[in-house]
Amino acid sequence: MSNFIVSPSPHISSPINTRKIMLDVLIALVPALIASIIFFGVRAFIVTIVCALSCVIFEYLARRLMKRNNTISDLSAVVTGVLLAFNLPVTIPLWIAVLGSFFAIVVVKQLFGGIGQNFANPAITGRIFLFVSFAVHMTTWVKPFYYTNKVDMVSSATPLVNMDGVSTLDLFLGNVGGCLGETSALALIIGGIYLVIKKVISPIIPLTYISTVFILTLVLGENPLNQIFAGGLMLGAIFMATDYSTSPSTNKGKFIFAIGCGLITVAIRLFGNYPEGVSFAILFMNVVCPLIDRATATKPFGLVKNKGGK
Amino acid sequence: MKYMKEFTKGILKENPVLVMLLGTCPTLATTTLLSSSLGMGLATTFVLLCSNIVISLIKNFIPKEVRLPSYILVIAGFVTFVSFILQSYLPSLYESLGIFLSLIVVNCIILGRAEMFASKNNVIASALDGIGMGIGFTLALGLIGSIREILGCGTILGISIGNWFEPIIFFITPAGGFLVFGVLIAVVNTILKAKTNKKPKEEFGCANCPSKDVCAGKGECK
Repeated sequence: MSNFIVSPSPHISSPINTRKIMLDVLIALVPALIASIIFFGVRAFIVTIVCALSCVIFEYLARRLMKRNNTISDLSAVVTGVLLAFNLPVTIPLWIAVLGSFFAIVVVKQLFGGIGQNFANPAITGRIFLFVSFAVHMTTWVKPFYYTNKVDMVSSATPLVNMDGVSTLDLFLGNVGGCLGETSALALIIGGIYLVIKKVISPIIPLTYISTVFILTLVLGENPLNQIFAGGLMLGAIFMATDYSTSPSTNKGKFIFAIGCGLITVAIRLFGNYPEGVSFAILFMNVVCPLIDRATATKPFGLVKNKGGK
Repeated sequence: MKYMKEFTKGILKENPVLVMLLGTCPTLATTTLLSSSLGMGLATTFVLLCSNIVISLIKNFIPKEVRLPSYILVIAGFVTFVSFILQSYLPSLYESLGIFLSLIVVNCIILGRAEMFASKNNVIASALDGIGMGIGFTLALGLIGSIREILGCGTILGISIGNWFEPIIFFITPAGGFLVFGVLIAVVNTILKAKTNKKPKEEFGCANCPSKDVCAGKGECK
């Protein structure tokens, strides 16, 4: 008799749960992980493992300390860790990566109540925390395949700083300097298509975000293809801007959210001090998200707007 | 002995920064370094002490309608005095505090104590209240300042804590200030909660209300 669960309606049970969704996201991240290992060597894998593991440990400890039931089995901490690692350069000292995991999981996620209640995407905020704190470590890029030539570990600027002589094909495949998971647009798009087919994410945000950047840079006289394949745009648009708890729930809201992300990204890239603006754009729109949700709330069927006041 | 409470309440129980959340603006702006936090805290303490004494002395001569301008005038006089002293004897501190030194005039802690306490109590109580609140403010600023300086610059009072430590620049940005501030408020809340839980539960009424000085127990909030 103790097997009965008393709960309010709706009583439809769904086979989809957080764990399955997060597992799909992890599967979708595998191509990008493989690409990063090919381009940046085994250390890319080590950084990813360290981030994922430290995120899980911090999540466990935080929940334990706050006397809340543990949520590490829903895999969301693993996803945060992998996404954070994808936002770091491959040469990052490992203790900095662990510090980023701490900030992402404990400060951004658990202090605000855990999964579903974080005000911003933990991985993005963790990256910005590290970027503001350790600017030198966070912007030391190495050229792809640097590990095959140990003598000459050339550091290169991200293509966003200097677009001359960078071929669009290299940008598309990921054969350029950058954070370890963001360089290969091809691998990220494969993951994105998988997520859309599995209905884990709606294609509205990535498509609107990327096309906003494409159109704006075209109008402003940049090479739009290079702009959408370079930097963290693909990673951000497909995997970070689509986070459920920090993106609007209605389709109209998603459009506004993604267009806002695109506008800010282009503004920072072309007119700002920083070469890349994807993470700041997403963080800013995360914070605005509750307002968008309120402005685009769907009207209940049959509701008549009260015009007379009172 | 009965005045002891007026002195101690400002340090933790009614700490102006961490419990009453007054004076947040100078708190966040001047706490990037411990030295400037302490300078700000001590300058404010001095002004608070002097203005509390003077306002308590002249409280019966000020017409009720113009009391706020009168308080501001007294406070501004002392702030001018402090800023002249700092400018001539501690020019580096004067530079680092910048506009926030003159803004002590409109610091809500000082005006708040004048309105809520000094204008209703005698000189000794007002002076002790001023010192207590000032020390509470200085301690809170010093705590935030030392955390931010150690983590954000890797130094304490300008002395390096060692080359092994890599400064986390985030902590000297405004966002880092808010983070440290918020965490300290949470810590103080926890301490105060643990304290009150030990005592038998008191009914929350007019006597325990943090704003009881404002309405003078008239019970207007009900």
